[in-house]
Amino acid sequence: MLANLINGISLGSVYAIIALGYTMVYGIAKMLNFAHGDVIMVGGYVAFCSISYLGWPPILAVLASVVVCTILGIVIEGLAYKPLRNATSLAVLITAIGVSYFLQNAALLIWTSNTKVFPNVFANLPAIQLGGTQIAPVTVITVLANIVIMIALTLFTSRTKMGKAMRAVSEDKGAATLMGINVNRTISMTFAIGSGLAAIAGVLLCSAYPTLMPTTGAMPGIKAFTAAVFGGIGSIPGAMLGGVLLGVIEIFGKAYVSTQLSDAIVFAVLIIVLLVKPTGLLGHKIREKV
Amino acid sequence: MGTMLRVEDLHVYYGSIHAIKGVSFEVNEGEIVTLIGANGAGKSTTLNTVGGLLKARSGKISFMEKDLHGIGADKVVAQGMALCPEGRRVFQHMTVLENLEMGAYTRPSSEVADSLEKVYQLFPRLKERYRQVAGTLSGGEQQMLAMGRALMSKPKLMMLDEPSMGLAPILVKQIFSIIEDMNKQGTTILLVEQNAQMALSVANRAYVLETGRITTSGDAKELAESEEIKKAYLGG
Repeated sequence: MLANLINGISLGSVYAIIALGYTMVYGIAKMLNFAHGDVIMVGGYVAFCSISYLGWPPILAVLASVVVCTILGIVIEGLAYKPLRNATSLAVLITAIGVSYFLQNAALLIWTSNTKVFPNVFANLPAIQLGGTQIAPVTVITVLANIVIMIALTLFTSRTKMGKAMRAVSEDKGAATLMGINVNRTISMTFAIGSGLAAIAGVLLCSAYPTLMPTTGAMPGIKAFTAAVFGGIGSIPGAMLGGVLLGVIEIFGKAYVSTQLSDAIVFAVLIIVLLVKPTGLLGHKIREKV
Repeated sequence: MGTMLRVEDLHVYYGSIHAIKGVSFEVNEGEIVTLIGANGAGKSTTLNTVGGLLKARSGKISFMEKDLHGIGADKVVAQGMALCPEGRRVFQHMTVLENLEMGAYTRPSSEVADSLEKVYQLFPRLKERYRQVAGTLSGGEQQMLAMGRALMSKPKLMMLDEPSMGLAPILVKQIFSIIEDMNKQGTTILLVEQNAQMALSVANRAYVLETGRITTSGDAKELAESEEIKKAYLGG
């Protein structure tokens, strides 16, 4: 029971970190970046190559992964999404799906379809005993990383000038422009942060489930998107809550109901929540003021 | 007193609709100038084009002897021009203080406290409510916040788009007296209003817009007395 709960929170923490990328980009650019899951995969591969081929220490590998994904995020936004700033949301959505396929197929060309076994980067750390349950170091680190990221992002958006500017842009781009805020640069910054977080999520995901393929990011990406909607898309605490709940529901579903049906249970819960509260658990009510 | 803002032969289109058809006007340092006219005459379009939110097809806009052609709205603020937009558009989910801080986005943080103090002097109500979320303010308070926010950039020229819209008459009076105060403290004002009577009572000069063209211009007090204007815009 306790072991399942901890596993659920850990898996949910990974979802939460990915969901943050979805939710921040949605909040500010009002678009669903379906390529976000594939950035995770790229992050995983970069860390894998740094450790297995270059022999870098894990910390350096994580750093390399974050740098590459951050740049990748900025490039994707600049090349694929920025030209569509005034296009219909459907066009942007289709482009995002296109970018997703592009990344998966590029990975297929570079790293082939052979499954890579992700090295155990936390092998030197001891496991923790908690009431007779053994907790793997990767689990502890994932949960801690999630908490640190949530606190850091909350402080960033509430205390810093750039963070406040992001909130201003997410509310009203025109009014933000009138303040002298460069909207394009702010959106680009959001993609950078989201993609950097995706890299961290990629390393954590591959450490917990050490198989790496070009499609590795797809399913966690969709689950994290679900988590973001579940918690209320556009809301940072919502992404956290949605991610963790989703992870716990998934693991409990696997443990007590059925391994095959666990995903179905996850999505059923989502549907029920959205029927009761269409804006998600912590979503803003949409007010129309005339 | 030099010319601060000069607009020459401005043409603006919405797609194929020719909204502004050759508008020219100027605002001198220290003045309150108002653009009045009926709904759809092109007042807001003119203001948004000057502010950089819309692009002109042709024409020239110069501010403090500097050509503003091709300068985006986010760069216009740093030049010393602030636009307080129609419908206020305060950041609803941010606090009063955060809204004001956003107004000072282009300025060094060392100067923010000083401007904040000045804004609070003009709008004591904002100081009382500085931690409140802007969406919970009343319409009048939101208008004050929008004006205070625009003032935070320390503009030489403040453009106000329909500041009286949707406000009770007593609040309208208060807002206009604050506009006069801002002007006395050295901010030049370009005011767009449907409430022509109020606008003419505070302005030095006025331009009347009709379907994208300036039809009349002159001293605000004289225009307020003219039979034509009275009939068309002042209800008798």
